[in-house]
Amino acid sequence: MKRLLLILSLALGLGAGAVRADVAPEVLKGLASEDFDAKQGAVAALAEAGDADAARLLKALSDDAVAVAGDKLVIVAGEQVLDAANGKLLKPAPASPDSISLNNSLRQQVDGALAALRLLSADKAERLSAAKALLADMGDGAALLPLFDKALKQEQDGDIKPILVQLQAQASLASPDAALRLQAVQTLGQSSSPAVKALLLPLIEKQGDSYAEPDEKVRLAAQTAIKAIDGRLVWSDMAGQVFTGISLGSILLLAALGLAITYGVMGVINMAHGELLMVGAYSAYAMQALFRSRFPDFVDYYVVAAVPVAFFVAAAVGMLMERTVIRHLYGRPLETLLATWGLSLVLIQAARLLFGAQNVEVANPAWMSGGVQLAENLSLPWNRLVIVAFSGFVLVVVWLLMNKTRLGMFVRAVTQNRPMAGCVGVPTARIDTLAFGIGSGIAGLGGVALSQIANVGPDMGQGYIVDSFMVVVLGGVGQLAGAVWAALGLGVVTKFLEGWAGAVIAKILVLVFIIIFIQKRPQGLFALKGRFVD
Amino acid sequence: MQNRRSFLKAAVISASIAAMGGIASSAYAADTIKVGILHSLSGTMAISETALKETALMTIEEINAKGGVLGKKLEPVVVDPASDWPKFAEKARQLLSQDKVAVTFGCWTSVSRKSVLPVYKELNGLLFYPVQYEGEELEKNVFYTGAAPNQQAIPAVEYLMSKEGGAAKRFVLLGTDYVYPRTTNKILRAFLKSKGVADADIMEEYTPFGHSDYQTIIAKIKKFAGEGKKTAVISTINGDSNVPFYKELGNAGLKAKDVPVVAFSVGEEELRGVDAKPLVGHLAAWNYFMSVKNPDNDKFIKMYRDWAKKAKLPKADTVVTNDPMEATYVGIHMWAQAVEKAKSTDTDKVIAAMGGQTFKAPSGFTLKMDETNHHLHKPVFIGEIKADGQFNVVWKTKGPIRAQPWSPYIPGNESKQKL
Repeated sequence: MKRLLLILSLALGLGAGAVRADVAPEVLKGLASEDFDAKQGAVAALAEAGDADAARLLKALSDDAVAVAGDKLVIVAGEQVLDAANGKLLKPAPASPDSISLNNSLRQQVDGALAALRLLSADKAERLSAAKALLADMGDGAALLPLFDKALKQEQDGDIKPILVQLQAQASLASPDAALRLQAVQTLGQSSSPAVKALLLPLIEKQGDSYAEPDEKVRLAAQTAIKAIDGRLVWSDMAGQVFTGISLGSILLLAALGLAITYGVMGVINMAHGELLMVGAYSAYAMQALFRSRFPDFVDYYVVAAVPVAFFVAAAVGMLMERTVIRHLYGRPLETLLATWGLSLVLIQAARLLFGAQNVEVANPAWMSGGVQLAENLSLPWNRLVIVAFSGFVLVVVWLLMNKTRLGMFVRAVTQNRPMAGCVGVPTARIDTLAFGIGSGIAGLGGVALSQIANVGPDMGQGYIVDSFMVVVLGGVGQLAGAVWAALGLGVVTKFLEGWAGAVIAKILVLVFIIIFIQKRPQGLFALKGRFVD
Repeated sequence: MQNRRSFLKAAVISASIAAMGGIASSAYAADTIKVGILHSLSGTMAISETALKETALMTIEEINAKGGVLGKKLEPVVVDPASDWPKFAEKARQLLSQDKVAVTFGCWTSVSRKSVLPVYKELNGLLFYPVQYEGEELEKNVFYTGAAPNQQAIPAVEYLMSKEGGAAKRFVLLGTDYVYPRTTNKILRAFLKSKGVADADIMEEYTPFGHSDYQTIIAKIKKFAGEGKKTAVISTINGDSNVPFYKELGNAGLKAKDVPVVAFSVGEEELRGVDAKPLVGHLAAWNYFMSVKNPDNDKFIKMYRDWAKKAKLPKADTVVTNDPMEATYVGIHMWAQAVEKAKSTDTDKVIAAMGGQTFKAPSGFTLKMDETNHHLHKPVFIGEIKADGQFNVVWKTKGPIRAQPWSPYIPGNESKQKL
């Protein structure tokens, strides 16, 4: 408390007249010590001092640039080594500085102190970042209240002001004046942040027989505020859950779309479908390796290059499978099943031989890392957003291909009535190969998407084969629209079940649901109408 | 027809070559001591276990370079149980009854250890298990060179509850769904209760092996943490699920300052597959970190780097060492010392000679095998993840502490501390 008051007095300008002196040696000794309390005391002392030397040292601490060299504490700035006490360049630079580092609590303390020092800065961006940092790192911050009052008085900027108001309210929660507390609680009730809710919760908590908050009005206000925050949180919570469901659904869709063509349209039970996903994922890995070694400047765009590569590699593997094995087994589902299962083992082993049995690392490019913050408790990760968009794109392309091109027409014709299509001159054998190639290529695209969120290894495909069949069978064999609805439905249902019963139970429940559903409605959600020749 | 005949011929020739090879190797085996290495080299656990196989081979070579054991060279027999638990038992039986190994170094997950136990008991084999585990077990045929709960899990939680560790009041126990996380969390729950943490402040979650979609769980953790009081996550997630878990954690913006995650099965090796920058400050508890500074560790790291180059491991220039590797290294050396002391590789004689063995470990401490409970006395370190995937030790015990395989927090365990 005392140290914070002191930072404050300095920040408010009362300390401006202090004589400029080096950082005290006992503070430096404290920082270099192994003992946590000593370190904490030293950081607090630095925050108290608040002058340029202390600020530099705090900044260096937060950057992990402070080191011990012999009996001296130094700041390592690239090649240069500065004396931690006064920032003078040390020449010659001491040998092998041993860096000291902070733990979470100390880092939070350092960041908080740094932010408090910057809150009255002349630069707007600096003030904004300081205010935001304080929101995260201040703790209760009661001692900083006068600083917030002063900053709020000076502040004109519309972005910074609301944060300062919130900071002021948070700091006033511990005020001895009940009216001030009441006002603070009411201000905080406007927030929609779980962190604020966490601050308010202790107010309505019972300690033994009495409440932590003595004033009843404040307690009631806190209750209303918590309810209001909860009400706002519920919506973004729901939105978050629906998004995770859609995201899982889009992955299921990408995995199953290729199968919807090969199984749904052509009737081939392709047990090696998962391995085609794996081929796509390894294509992404290979492109990443190529970009890293050949075009290091464009490494962030390897994913874009991987998309066509994965499509054509997987399509080539698929067509090869069709030409050599599957075409001889049309109309014999059991043999097809066994043969493709064998092919899947061959592909897994081939991947092991080529890339090793261990998982390989496929990194998210920078533009797919992190997330976009929609609300305090709702941030959508970029990699998932990109995959949702990508699966929409693939879906549109497949739809156009099947419905608007000559090839698509032929495929549909062969599906509906093979002998008749042959009679009117459709080269059915070649159409089979091409359709299988397209289905496999789309699986390859799914593999690229999977490489961005899951592990890439030789047997990664095994985990998706069941899911893919589930989607196709549930959606109704031979229907793209069915696959879309089934994938999204399964995704959202799985995620809601997971939230309610945990990942293990959710998986079981979904499987049970599908078994019952298929028994009641074997044709799936959407049944193809028309005349068939099987 | 021609083809078939030549195929037959080829088959006969290769079979006879194989047979000759078999004779040759068994003749050779007479003046070597066979050592089994039983680690998954494929499947979900390969991310963790492959490095242990390499460490074992390296250590065996080191011992052989110094003249072997009892004047004989050690001959490694490597098998791959492929992260498939029943296959562990199958391969263990093969090692013991076909290859007649004197000792086996192997297993990572507790479920694999439980799966091979009956085999080692039946055939009176000797197994060195190098990974931290949940305790609640003490077998004559097994030496545990990893940590028992009181050498890892309990100190880590005590640290989280301390002022220094952020004074956490609420805990998420998150794990893969099998025996180790379930038992560890049972012990931790009992421990937390003894410290006055209410049931409402503990959330327990499990995921299947190889799970890769952590969105729901991260959202749940965020929500749980938003309900007041400082929250910490204790992760017993095993295998390659850790990569998507930490990726999601980084993408969701859950910072270590707000909700620290302490992991018991994540070390330097697992972090190689992840961008560690968003994870800075998250914790792990182990008995060794690569970043520990002492001459023995420098030697150990250099030896492994040289080995990686020689064995042409993938990305040999960035290999790291970790706790189970150190435990493997210590275990093999201690076994060699015990064999020298017993002047025999006979299982019972070696077991008798193991108690009280000491070894100066890369962790910087002299570790001792306990006289009675088959566990090592180990120091405990807690480290925070740095941006380069290494750990910064933020807390450690003064010296090695004795293992309590039977946790005192589980009722009825008081009388079981000895074999």
